[in-house]
Amino acid sequence: MSIEIPVDKWPGTVNTVTLGATEADGGTRAKVVTIGGEQSLPFMHFETEMPHSPVIALEMTPSRTDDWSQILLDAWGDVVEDPARWAAAIEAAGADVIVVTFGLTDPAGDPITPDYAVSTVKAVLEASGLPLVVLGPGQADVDNELIVPVADSTKGERLVLGLCEDGNYRTIVASAMANDHLVVGRTPMDVNLAKQLNILMTDMGLPLDRIVMDPTTGGLGYGIEYGYSVMERLRLAALQGDAMTQLPMLVTPGYEAWRTKEAKVGEGVPETWGDWADRGVHWETLTAVSLVEAGADVVVLRHPESLKRVREAIDELMTAAPA
Amino acid sequence: MALSGIQIYKMLPQTNCKECGFPTCLAFSMKLAAKQVELDDCPYVTEESKEQLAESSAPPIRLVTLAGPDRETAAGNEVVLFRHEKKFFNRPGVFVRVVDTEDTAAITEKVAAASAYTVDYVGIDLNLDGIAVEGASGDPAAFAAAVGAAREATGLPFMLVSDDPAVMEAGWKAVEGEKPLLMGANSSNWEAMVDLAKQAEAPLGVVGETLEELAELTQKIQEAGVEDMVLQPAPTAMGASLAMQTQIRRLALKNFRPLGYPTVAFASDSGDPAKEATLAAHAICKYAGFVVVDSFAPEFVYPILVLRENIYTDPQKPIQVLPAVYEINDPKPSDPVLVTTNFSITYFSVANEVEGSGLPAWLVVTDAEGMSVLTAWAAGKFDAEVIAKAVKEFGVGDKVEKKVIVLPGHTAVLSGELEEELPGWDVKVGPREAVDLPGYLKTVLA
Ligand code: B12
Ligand code: SF4
Repeated sequence: MSIEIPVDKWPGTVNTVTLGATEADGGTRAKVVTIGGEQSLPFMHFETEMPHSPVIALEMTPSRTDDWSQILLDAWGDVVEDPARWAAAIEAAGADVIVVTFGLTDPAGDPITPDYAVSTVKAVLEASGLPLVVLGPGQADVDNELIVPVADSTKGERLVLGLCEDGNYRTIVASAMANDHLVVGRTPMDVNLAKQLNILMTDMGLPLDRIVMDPTTGGLGYGIEYGYSVMERLRLAALQGDAMTQLPMLVTPGYEAWRTKEAKVGEGVPETWGDWADRGVHWETLTAVSLVEAGADVVVLRHPESLKRVREAIDELMTAAPA
Repeated sequence: MALSGIQIYKMLPQTNCKECGFPTCLAFSMKLAAKQVELDDCPYVTEESKEQLAESSAPPIRLVTLAGPDRETAAGNEVVLFRHEKKFFNRPGVFVRVVDTEDTAAITEKVAAASAYTVDYVGIDLNLDGIAVEGASGDPAAFAAAVGAAREATGLPFMLVSDDPAVMEAGWKAVEGEKPLLMGANSSNWEAMVDLAKQAEAPLGVVGETLEELAELTQKIQEAGVEDMVLQPAPTAMGASLAMQTQIRRLALKNFRPLGYPTVAFASDSGDPAKEATLAAHAICKYAGFVVVDSFAPEFVYPILVLRENIYTDPQKPIQVLPAVYEINDPKPSDPVLVTTNFSITYFSVANEVEGSGLPAWLVVTDAEGMSVLTAWAAGKFDAEVIAKAVKEFGVGDKVEKKVIVLPGHTAVLSGELEEELPGWDVKVGPREAVDLPGYLKTVLA
């Protein structure tokens, strides 16, 4: 019997975006990372070749580890006190990208200053050859105050700056344009809101190959299904040819998973939850793998062991041949 | 294949009697083809036509049920590729595997633990669905003994795994009268397996390397008289299995009958719980009807069961609890009133914290159409008016004398308006996150 395998031919293509720049291209990165370019749903190798594998970022939050699970702190040890050593450890753990997320205060508990942000980013750039994503604390005025000087002092590195949100994107987009950087825009789990923000940002003149989008996701057990379906819908819209959805997607399963009670807390929880450390890593890994199936191009994780597991899954998904 | 309106028309009486409510038989046929009316609306269809029409309107993926003494589990009946298109219907059954080369005590222990496992997730009891007994010994007596030992420890449905008909026969005889999945038939043993499946009146698992091999087998097996089948695409590496699972689902939804059966994924063969968990997640997201795992540990099973629950939730209907006033830790009239929404995750994160603190409180759950606090607030479904209405409707004022009401910290902005809506009440703003509620109850409200 011969079976005609149904093959989807899509008119649209996801934009190709390169994070980071080597010396030849005006930066200092040892490696750059290229994502996007899909012409089919994730890993449908029998339709079109998937040009770039999804990549894995590890996140560091200089000055803000007080809300990190003890399991994470144990995994990283004392490098979390020193951004440069933390960055080197992230590279050694095998990440493709480093995400630096600033909080509202510095390690001494004082309001974070632009100088602190700039010197931290420089230390990270020095300590590692990986491309960087740099995010503010998520409060419009502070974000702008920190991200602008970071952008100015790292011109040409093709950092990914954020978070650009509906109410706060102009300043960050402008400084990215002025300094050859990229941006990431975040919208709350909604196809139309994502499109709208992408329209606003490109209207300012930022080319589409310098934007990635974060459609927001929930952790396993805490709304992952909404994030999962919005990503599938965004990717379908992109393949159908809607230009304002043709952006590679970056999501933060590490942050979402590790703030759930299951991953964060070890005491006073039901026995049926089992071993805490293992549970936390499973929680993060399963959140991430599901989002990769839904079309994530970058997953931002926190635990080095999760990175290994998600890497193995991605590598297998990228292989068409049966084992 | 689904029939067209014209094809259906040919099977109708063609008298245009109008009793179905349509002016002509043809009009009725068109509605039937579009699945907008029921065949029973026409009183004059012949039995023969009914049978033919029922077959063509059968679901694209056959519903296959496995049964043990205490429980059943079913897979199939799916109608979409993406959950947002409608929803996924039958949660993939998660089966824990034991092997007949393990000693009996080990088998009994693992099966008993897996079978007893139950975990509460937002008020839903999550459980495992069955046990897969694998015949690795090649010895019918050993397999039968393992199946028997497993059966003593559980009432869950079984999946019997062997490609040797003699071994399989010994296995199903040990649980005669049940409906296990006989896993499975392949190109070389299918005739003997079909005989067993017919004797046992049990569904048959079908193993194939390619779609063609699977489709040829299911057709031969169906012609030989077995209707209930489960497909096992042989590749287990994630890339190849994703391709095959996707192709099977797509073809089935196009009414390609030879592949219109649920599938099973064996995550159990990887030999590493870490790998197994990602394989199971992969199988749950992408179309498996049954998933077999080898590991059994709560920290491994719990996230897998939660993922399954999440992916199979109806996208149009968030999981929610009944709007009401809930009494936590036997509250008295002097105890505080807390307000939240009826999104299950929200309700349980608050209720569990208060319960865990040991402190009594009245928890007013408003009807927010199953939305979280901030989502409901942003959608205009959780405001001072709504809260005041719920407080009045549930007669909360009659239950308490102290009249202290606590808002979620994220909706502090509502406090002024709520004071106006609820004169005589002391409106307070609680912490933003539920984890901080016990501390708040102990210090601020004490
Ligand atoms: C999942 C989600 C959705 C889902 C809905 C899920 C659901 N069933 O509610 C969907 C995709 C449908 C959605 C829709 C919208 N959303 Co929405 N959504 C989220 C998201 C990602 C998670 C919400 C969630 O489930 N949280 C978990 C639950 C448990 O949290 P919670 O209910 O707040 O409860 C916690 C606390 O409030 C506290 N608590 C609860 N009750 C009580 C009671 C007391 C007494 C105390 C002390 C504490 C307390 O304890 C809980 C645990 O700590 C958030 C962003 C985020 N990451 O938080 C945005 C978010 C809530 N959404 C937002 C918006 C704007 C919307 C939309 C208007 C826009 C849109 N996306 O289209 C729509 C509105 C809905 C509509 N019109 O139909 C905004 C709200 C902004 C604001 N501050 O007003 C948010 C914050 C995202 C953002 N940053 O912009 N959303
Ligand atoms: S009731 Fe039956 S026979 Fe009469 S018009 Fe309708 S379809 Fe035709």
